[in-house]
Amino acid sequence: MLRRRSEHGSTTVALSLAIFLVLMTVVSVYFFWAKVWWFPPAITAVGHEIDAQFARTFLITGIVFVMAQFGLAYAVFKFRDRGQKATYFEGNNTMEIVWTLATVVLFVGLGLYARNAWAQVHFLGAAPGALPIEITGQQFVWNFRYAGPDGKFGREKPELVSASTGNPVGLDSTDPASKDDIVSPVIAVPANREIELIIRSQDVTHSFYVRELRLKQDAVPGMEVHMHFNATVPGNYEIACAELCGLGHYRMHSMLTVMSEPDFEKWMKEQEAANQ
Amino acid sequence: MVTHENGGGGHGHHQAPTGFIRKYVFSIDHKVIGIQYLCLALFSVFVGMGLSLLMRLHLGWPNAHWSIFKGGLMTPEQYLALMTMHGTIMVFMVLTTAPQSGFGNYFLPIQIGAADMAFPVLNMLSFWTTMLSLLVMIAAFFVAGGAPIGGWTSYPPLSALGEMAGPGQGAGETLWIIGLAIFCGASLMGALNFITTLIDLRAKGMTLGRLPLTCWTWFVTAILGLLAFGVLLAACILLLLDRIAGTSFFVPAGLVITDQVVTWHKGGSPLLWQHLFWFFGHPEVYIAILPGMGVASHLLSTFSRKPVFGYRAMVGAICGIGFLGFCVWGHHMFISGMSPYSAFAFSILTMAIGVPSAIKTFNWLGTLWGGKIEFNCAMLFALGFVSLFVSGGLSGLFLAQPALDLYLHDGYFVVAHFHLIMGVAAIFGMFAGLYFWFPKMFGRFLNEGIGKVHFWLTFVGVYCIFMPMHYLGLAGHPRRYFDTTALEFLQKLQPVHVFISIAAFITIGAQLIFLFNFFWSLKAGKECKEENPWHATTLEWSIPSPPPFDNFGGVEPVVYHGPYEFSVPGAADDYIPQHLAPNLVKKA
Repeated sequence: MLRRRSEHGSTTVALSLAIFLVLMTVVSVYFFWAKVWWFPPAITAVGHEIDAQFARTFLITGIVFVMAQFGLAYAVFKFRDRGQKATYFEGNNTMEIVWTLATVVLFVGLGLYARNAWAQVHFLGAAPGALPIEITGQQFVWNFRYAGPDGKFGREKPELVSASTGNPVGLDSTDPASKDDIVSPVIAVPANREIELIIRSQDVTHSFYVRELRLKQDAVPGMEVHMHFNATVPGNYEIACAELCGLGHYRMHSMLTVMSEPDFEKWMKEQEAANQ
Repeated sequence: MVTHENGGGGHGHHQAPTGFIRKYVFSIDHKVIGIQYLCLALFSVFVGMGLSLLMRLHLGWPNAHWSIFKGGLMTPEQYLALMTMHGTIMVFMVLTTAPQSGFGNYFLPIQIGAADMAFPVLNMLSFWTTMLSLLVMIAAFFVAGGAPIGGWTSYPPLSALGEMAGPGQGAGETLWIIGLAIFCGASLMGALNFITTLIDLRAKGMTLGRLPLTCWTWFVTAILGLLAFGVLLAACILLLLDRIAGTSFFVPAGLVITDQVVTWHKGGSPLLWQHLFWFFGHPEVYIAILPGMGVASHLLSTFSRKPVFGYRAMVGAICGIGFLGFCVWGHHMFISGMSPYSAFAFSILTMAIGVPSAIKTFNWLGTLWGGKIEFNCAMLFALGFVSLFVSGGLSGLFLAQPALDLYLHDGYFVVAHFHLIMGVAAIFGMFAGLYFWFPKMFGRFLNEGIGKVHFWLTFVGVYCIFMPMHYLGLAGHPRRYFDTTALEFLQKLQPVHVFISIAAFITIGAQLIFLFNFFWSLKAGKECKEENPWHATTLEWSIPSPPPFDNFGGVEPVVYHGPYEFSVPGAADDYIPQHLAPNLVKKA
């Protein structure tokens, strides 16, 4: 009869399975631990806060992961068929209650702990005096608009959009406020200053994503989403599109440059001059 | 009890059809329909895998020339079409059909002691409607512009504006939506049938507390399907209207595509689609995985010769997952522009759904504990399921936190997460079920030796494919990228892509071994002459292998025992079948 060959071969299979589970767990955890492929350093205070929450989550899930896989490895080896009789028990209510409550506290607690970082990104608005920059996504480029010396964004009209003639966001030149607006395919910001982003899209849904800012936000047609950040480390950071937007999705990228205040003033002057 | 004039549900006596067409094609026998669904899923899974093979070929070696592509290189739209169709076919035609409509159709009526589903003709109609839906979707490859490129989530406006939004977004996208709407119809019919069958057609003594956990999961999955597919159907109809009737449910005013103003749309909201889609989409994850949980619980108990640890807690967890599954869809939309306050609420609910999942894992370990484990292929896949469920589930704790999702969203970490849990774990549940039930379905065993090779290559393979994807995600790799060298920081991740591609080829190769085993065993596998080769307890093991047309030969079985009475103290055998009258149980 088929399954009455009982213990035959079960030790080999049980041992192989247990060894594989342990090995898989150790190797997987090693690559997380050694940070072989990892986040780039964060350049904002919120970014560091998010990284700290990552660390907490890694710790908790890591412990659960190792315990569960090792527990499974132990059980398959220890309780392999050696001709013994299985112990009969149908459950244990105390244990059920204990591990239910323990996971509630652990998982929901972790979720509540993450609130702080999320609140800083989204519940709070940009600090007063923030520099507003409008981001427009379109297949397959980003455009960044600065309000210029008057501090006001001028009117835009869809029918004036013409990427080929150099008006990619459709600035209405009859509006005086739009005269000094600066539109650039890259974004430069001064370090240590609050920046307010106004994120929008002209055609389909895109997503503004900068790894070092730990920020990602969909640019949704018909909506304006506000985000804010304050970058402290000068440098060049790649901007990618993170929401599938069509065949050129992968090549919709740009560059964020964080520079010192004087460098930024200079960059701004150059843009204004080019705008004349 | 429900009986029907036409074909007869329940325990009504009906004659087995004799003609080929009525027997194998337009059959109303739930067993034949179950096998039809499994064949459809088997065909689809190889199509879906073939598409992923092409994607991995490209991702591993983006600049190499392959003669299968025109000009030697894949184009971005080809890549996105492969990706869209891979996701769609795998989610709908494999993960939704095989565990529920395939195995559920075959074994739910038998396990509850019924002669057929409640509505056999409706059952046949659901299968053929599903088949139609598959044909319509596959047709998308062959129309002008090719298959759609918008992903299986098909977000508008990309999916609503037609060809101007990109190649494949014309006729291909229209066919995709129609195919999906048809699929919704089929699933609704199936869900109604499952629910009615389970409620009305249980044999005498088959109380809810004696239902095998497989039946519990099929039941809850059917309820999820009934509530979720109706919403997706509505969403598909609205999207179709936006495309062909000039309505604007999902498209706002003032769009400009390549300098052309879209004047014929105004007032719609792209987020509305996302809410409707994910209101379906998240329960869909559980539609895919719940039956796998049922099969894993069933097999862990059977092959460790122990009752399921905490049966009631397991049923509670299944229902809890089913209920919470409808309260968490917003975690797919943390960065969509949705209110950050609702994001926070969705986040806490999502963390909470980890609790029933953890209960299940604890109980699986509790079931193994103190057991006498037999390592046949069915059991190996069930154990693999538990391991993969843990690995894939824990990454959900990261994605459930909006603050972390800011970084991980739409990246490879997400790809790793959902492939492990809803793709691979669910497929391990199906393999476990297939190795277990094959002798009952076909009267022959799948070959154990070949099966073990299949298991090991697949188990090691899927970990080698999907574990490294987490690292890509942590390094910030966005998903759905045709060119993995497009960004500077992606270039140093290329060796990981090469590794994943090689692992994928080996794993896909292992599925050919399975395919061989499947067909070879059908013809020449070891014969299963007995009713109950595994010494299992549930009702399908009380009837011949394969079962006769009306399952129980016109006699309604009576159930006396719970589903998992293994190694009961005082009994001579280490299992007590559910149908065995108490006075027939041999004493030790």
